Amino acid sequence: MKPKGTFNLFARRKDWESLWYSLLAIVFSFLLVALIMLAMGYNPINAYAALFRGSFGSVYAISLTLCRSVPLIFVGLAVGFALKGGMFNIGGEGQLYMGGFTSAVTALILPQGMPVFISLPLAILAGMVAGMVWGGAIGLIKAKLQINEVIVAIMLNYIAQLLTSFFVNKYFMAKGSMTPQTEILPAGMQLPNIVANSQLTTSLYIALFMGVVYWFVFRHTVFGYEVNALGNNPSAAGTGGVHTVRTTVLVMAFSGALASMAGIFEVFGTYGRFIDGFSPGIGFTGIAIAFIGQGKPLGIILAAILFGSLQAGAMQMSLMEGVSAHIDKVIQGLVIVFIATPNFIRYLLNRKTR
Amino acid sequence: MDAIRMNNITKTFGTTVALAGVDLRIRVGEVHCLLGENGAGKSTLMNILYGLYRADSGDIAINEVPVEINSPKMAQSLHIGMVHQHFMLVESMTVLQNIILGNEEGTFAIDYKKCRERIEVLEHLYHFDFDLDAKVSELSVGEMQRVEIFKAVYRGADIIILDEPTAVLTPQEVSVLFRILDDMRNQGKTIVFITHKLQETMRLSDRVTVLRNGRFVQTVETKDMDPETLATMMVGHAVELVTHKGACCPGDPVLEIRGLKIFSTSENTINLTVRAGEIYGIAGVDGNGQQELERFIVGTERPKIGEVWLNGSDISACTVAKRKKLGLGVIPSDRHRNAILPGMSIVDNFLLGLQRNSRFSSMGLVRHKALEAYAESMITAYAIKVSSEHQHISELSGGNQQKLVFSREVGLDPVLLVAAQPVRGLDIGAIDYIHNQLLELRDRGQAILLISTELSEIMEMSDRIGVLYKGGLIVERDADDFTVEELGLYMAGGKGA
Repeated sequence: MKPKGTFNLFARRKDWESLWYSLLAIVFSFLLVALIMLAMGYNPINAYAALFRGSFGSVYAISLTLCRSVPLIFVGLAVGFALKGGMFNIGGEGQLYMGGFTSAVTALILPQGMPVFISLPLAILAGMVAGMVWGGAIGLIKAKLQINEVIVAIMLNYIAQLLTSFFVNKYFMAKGSMTPQTEILPAGMQLPNIVANSQLTTSLYIALFMGVVYWFVFRHTVFGYEVNALGNNPSAAGTGGVHTVRTTVLVMAFSGALASMAGIFEVFGTYGRFIDGFSPGIGFTGIAIAFIGQGKPLGIILAAILFGSLQAGAMQMSLMEGVSAHIDKVIQGLVIVFIATPNFIRYLLNRKTR
Repeated sequence: MDAIRMNNITKTFGTTVALAGVDLRIRVGEVHCLLGENGAGKSTLMNILYGLYRADSGDIAINEVPVEINSPKMAQSLHIGMVHQHFMLVESMTVLQNIILGNEEGTFAIDYKKCRERIEVLEHLYHFDFDLDAKVSELSVGEMQRVEIFKAVYRGADIIILDEPTAVLTPQEVSVLFRILDDMRNQGKTIVFITHKLQETMRLSDRVTVLRNGRFVQTVETKDMDPETLATMMVGHAVELVTHKGACCPGDPVLEIRGLKIFSTSENTINLTVRAGEIYGIAGVDGNGQQELERFIVGTERPKIGEVWLNGSDISACTVAKRKKLGLGVIPSDRHRNAILPGMSIVDNFLLGLQRNSRFSSMGLVRHKALEAYAESMITAYAIKVSSEHQHISELSGGNQQKLVFSREVGLDPVLLVAAQPVRGLDIGAIDYIHNQLLELRDRGQAILLISTELSEIMEMSDRIGVLYKGGLIVERDADDFTVEELGLYMAGGKGA
């Protein structure tokens, strides 16, 4: 088997070096955007101050930031998990739609009398199984037919999004609703808020818990070791008795389950229902987060919070300083560019030291 | 007159010093061997001469004229040609097309007639004999190499550098090559011959320059030398070139291969038995099915025709993991591809293949303490040079990586050890070490299948030898019943043997 499709962006560099690159990428992006704002006639210091107030300036701001971060943590972990196994899961978007939709429908069709402590886990589990199938299929197709996982994943994204849209519009549309969305979930099924009057729910704890699980899998389990070996050198892993086909499928299935949780907890937490097309590309942002976090759970969580804070603060910045709220996308994009070009950063560093 | 004069050449890659102030003087019309172990800097020095690398400092003169060589193109214009270890031929094109590639006659269309005439003149002069219209993909390795050499001549090279040219050849092909080189020297060409083999240095060269660890050791007249002295210069201390092999007392069959077909087109099948306490050597020129055989035994590929038995049970359908459990140890021929996890630590690399062994894992969790203790004991027992067992394995030298792989695969006493090219790319000290370890394992009653394209290794180590040719085992005898020449003939297809 040819070792192709392996992404080793964060496998080789030393830990501190990776961290340093991530930090620099973020700093460079903010500086560059400051220049853009200057050129456009805004005061970047005021703008960034407003951004900061909007994301961390109050309890409400912080809860908004964290609320935006929760799905990003899940997809970040999902992409990171796949990358550890040498695979690129660009299918998070499809997996989170499948997960969110399946769990919402399960919650709605389960008998009302069922105790919540049974029905809620059941609904969540159903969504995760859907995500596992949607992700595992990518792994299976890659392992058995040697078809590049990126292409399959992108196709499955379309199918998932359009399929869920079709079902919501055709069979599960809330009565009297103008937008395609399901009925609101029974009150008992919605996760409780952590901060009153905010959208931040206990899903945050689940996201953090999954970060711990992720760490544990790679630090302590044989499976985690085999995934790592597969991602590091698939050919040597195979010679060392790692069942490459099975492991490939499992990696993508678990990655899909993690990504599906992003959708599931938007449904059970933030929105309380499944809304057609609810994700503004969360699954794709997960790729950037996994790279900034260098595949490490703590890094992924911090990167997710950074991106969450940009999304949360952008509105405030736009209101107070008139800078377009889309500037957060520019910052995100630049961070990705800098992360993807470590040699460029190395070049900048060397120039400074010379 | 000196054809080549390189003064005080220094070259560093990052923090590693590849060459430290090396001097080289090569006379016009001599065959000059550049002798040294792997990593001594031989190829680096010649790549600088050929314009592939630039030296950090030092200067070069060709035919006593100072020059700066920035590119292979420039080297060619100075009449320098180089034949690399990996051939630079277009396999789908003919010999003729390959020879003229980049130097075509004619203005718009290629004037094949003129090219052919020029080639034939040169062929006659240097006693080459090509089928110019054969596709390169149909040629044997030896023929391809001769095309490469001729290509350099066609481009007008007076100085021809050959980088370890005999590594891929059978003994017969080696003697053809040496005849050609002798011929070319007699016609006034200058030959630089990179090698780490003492015998061919003695046989071929007029003078020898020895490099060690990127430093110049000495340039000497070959006729004043003997292999032992050269080996001492090469390694830096006295070495014993003999391996002590005791009598072999084989036990029960451990590995049996029955009717195995390597390629679906192979005429011959493989039938062999490796018994406990013996080393069975598989000889053959590279590309005759060695890697496939290795994969069939390891289990990364399943044979379509034929069976593999281990300790009396058919394992043809078993997974790699299952075979490992049954006691299979493997030193893969391609270490980088199949034996190590380059981005991971030394400890993690010790776990590879043992991750499902109950000694190192329980309930799906890795037993870090047991693993680290094991890694440490292996590092000590096999004298693996590391600064910490949590270092990345890629920071180790090739020899130490191979020692790690070796210790990992034999550490838990496998019933069968498959050692494929176990010393490829290692220096003399490490080769000696691995060879003696293999013999010790044999004496302790382990079955060893040695797959090697190095004839001397096969002869020296094996108790029995089988020759692999085009995917079939064409002959099998006790090692003592073969002469080197016979083996060479069988490796070339057995005609006339």
